[in-house]
Amino acid sequence: MSVFVHNHSRVLIQGFTGQHATFHAEEAIKGGTTIVGGVTPGKGGMTHLDLPVFDTVSQAVEETGADVSGIFVPPPFAADAIMEALEAGIRVIVVIADGIPVQDMVRVKRYAAGRKAVIIGPNTPGIITPGACKVGIMPSHIYTPGRIGVVSRSGTLNYEAVQQMTELGMGQSTGVGIGGDPVNGTDFVTVLRAFEEDPDTDAVVMIGEIGGPQEVDAAMWAKENMSKPVVGFVAGVSAPPGRRMGHAGAIISGEADTATAKMDRMEELGIHVVRNPAEIGATANRVFS
Amino acid sequence: MNIHEYQTKDLLKGYGVPVPQGKVAHTDANAATAAEDIGGERWVVKAQIHAGGRGKGGGVKVAESVDQVRQYADQMIGSSLVTPQTGPEGRLVHRVLVEEASSIVKEFYLGLVIDRATQRITVIASDSGGMEIEEVARKNPERVVREVIDPAVGMQDFQCRKTAARIGLTGKQMSGAVKMMKALYRCFRDKDALLAEINPLALVEDGSLVAVDAKMSFDGNALYKQSDITELRDFDEEDPKEVEATGHGLNYIALDGDVGCIVNGAGLAMATMDAISFHGGKPANFLDVGGGASPEKVGNAFRIVLQDDNVKIILVNIFAGINRCDWIAEGLVQAMKDLDINVPIVVRLAGTNVEQGREILKSSGFPFIMAGNLDDAATRVVDKLKGATP
Repeated sequence: MSVFVHNHSRVLIQGFTGQHATFHAEEAIKGGTTIVGGVTPGKGGMTHLDLPVFDTVSQAVEETGADVSGIFVPPPFAADAIMEALEAGIRVIVVIADGIPVQDMVRVKRYAAGRKAVIIGPNTPGIITPGACKVGIMPSHIYTPGRIGVVSRSGTLNYEAVQQMTELGMGQSTGVGIGGDPVNGTDFVTVLRAFEEDPDTDAVVMIGEIGGPQEVDAAMWAKENMSKPVVGFVAGVSAPPGRRMGHAGAIISGEADTATAKMDRMEELGIHVVRNPAEIGATANRVFS
Repeated sequence: MNIHEYQTKDLLKGYGVPVPQGKVAHTDANAATAAEDIGGERWVVKAQIHAGGRGKGGGVKVAESVDQVRQYADQMIGSSLVTPQTGPEGRLVHRVLVEEASSIVKEFYLGLVIDRATQRITVIASDSGGMEIEEVARKNPERVVREVIDPAVGMQDFQCRKTAARIGLTGKQMSGAVKMMKALYRCFRDKDALLAEINPLALVEDGSLVAVDAKMSFDGNALYKQSDITELRDFDEEDPKEVEATGHGLNYIALDGDVGCIVNGAGLAMATMDAISFHGGKPANFLDVGGGASPEKVGNAFRIVLQDDNVKIILVNIFAGINRCDWIAEGLVQAMKDLDINVPIVVRLAGTNVEQGREILKSSGFPFIMAGNLDDAATRVVDKLKGATP
């Protein structure tokens, strides 16, 4: 299998006819992803990339049987687009937009409660099961099919870790970017649980950042519930307190928020912590072999 | 985005939060006039800068006469105020807030945040007001109470009563506290705030509650729908390099080391700084060029990094996803031609079009130091620095 997206996933693109969406949809199709159509309000009935365009997500789901949606609409419209996908019954919603107002996401999460859908992002490069399905903007050529799950908040740091792993011959079951925002759809625990339950994942690399309790929560969950080894890194050891380091979520607001404090705690909880980001691949290779 | 205390109080007053009568003044003469207009016998003169801890730096003074108001205003306006949050260089004071002095009986804390754990707006309150809430939480965690707001229905009266009761505000004070919490919440929600603090929230002699100090910060990503908040932005309070960077679509934060960093992606930018630190170097800045970095954007990144005189070497680390290494390389070469760059430049390229990018750098004739991977890049930077300093 793999987690969340698979070779049988039927992917819809919201904001389909936009420039970025078009480029990344074409790339995904080349890589083997089954894209079944897209949504651009007002352009229903058109054909784009030889695929049908719909006015609403409900119409698209009804006509195509889509179960995954990649949302490429700009931040001001993203919350509405996510809720539309939730209402239409989409099971995995990937939100690329960087810059969605935090309170919009607070409302979206309330709307999502009880719906059993997975929201990946926002502010994520997306999700990829190498060779099977990609919903996002990552350079797919650096990913190779394999048995290690990779989950990170940052996009480029996901690439960095994957490249280090690929160079050492370690492929990935699924690569997930949960996004750099303080209020996000899916946390590390949810992804770790999915990797633990996935028979095609043997081990996990988890890459966090300063700010928030997610990484330590995940380590606590892993200690109690995971049989598979986890290698972990937290970016931002050199970040000053009180400054937002690019990602809205990456700000140190308390002692427990610092990268060092988080890595120390994760280590105590049994995560194989790597302190030098250049050694993520090497550490994974040592721990997992 | 942060705003000044007087702006926060104006905003909150509009929502029905009781604040002391006050006026902002840009000169000592204006401050004296303000005190006369306000009336009374005691006033507080408060320096208006964004950094906290003003009282500790002498930026909050109680005056017993109009002359004293003038004197304090004169001392503050035009001078640099150093507080625990400004750094040693301090912050230039352009204006003061003159307020009637409140006769405080007891101080409380009331705040709203977006809690990372519950991912919801959460009330934080304490009967230990007037000091930093982080300190209270560390020393007396039982004195900090929390109440999570359900976004579907918003803040309910019972939640305010519950919170008030837990910090000891009962009787007539309870209804005042409920009104204040609801007003604060409405403002927080309407204006897309990330943080709102009333500290101290003072119980004064006549038994009413007053917001003696107030602070709010707002979601930069929501400013497109908050034009009235955008107008309150004070560029004097921000690092000019950071403001310039934002204008170019770059995310820059000045630090105090000597290794200039130009990276794509916030996570990789932090990890690059970490790798430099891991090898014993000190980053001079955080800089994320973002996605879709054009050659012009790369040039601007160099210009901003080089404005920092401490920079002795620059590390460019690009992992191109939506970016393209060839564009980045063209930007690098152009920057070398346009700018007077006399520090060494270590470049690590990976991802989309990496071969074309490396070729452009090689054939340019400029002495770029090429690194194969992140570790190699950090090592080369630190070795080069060691070699350069005897």
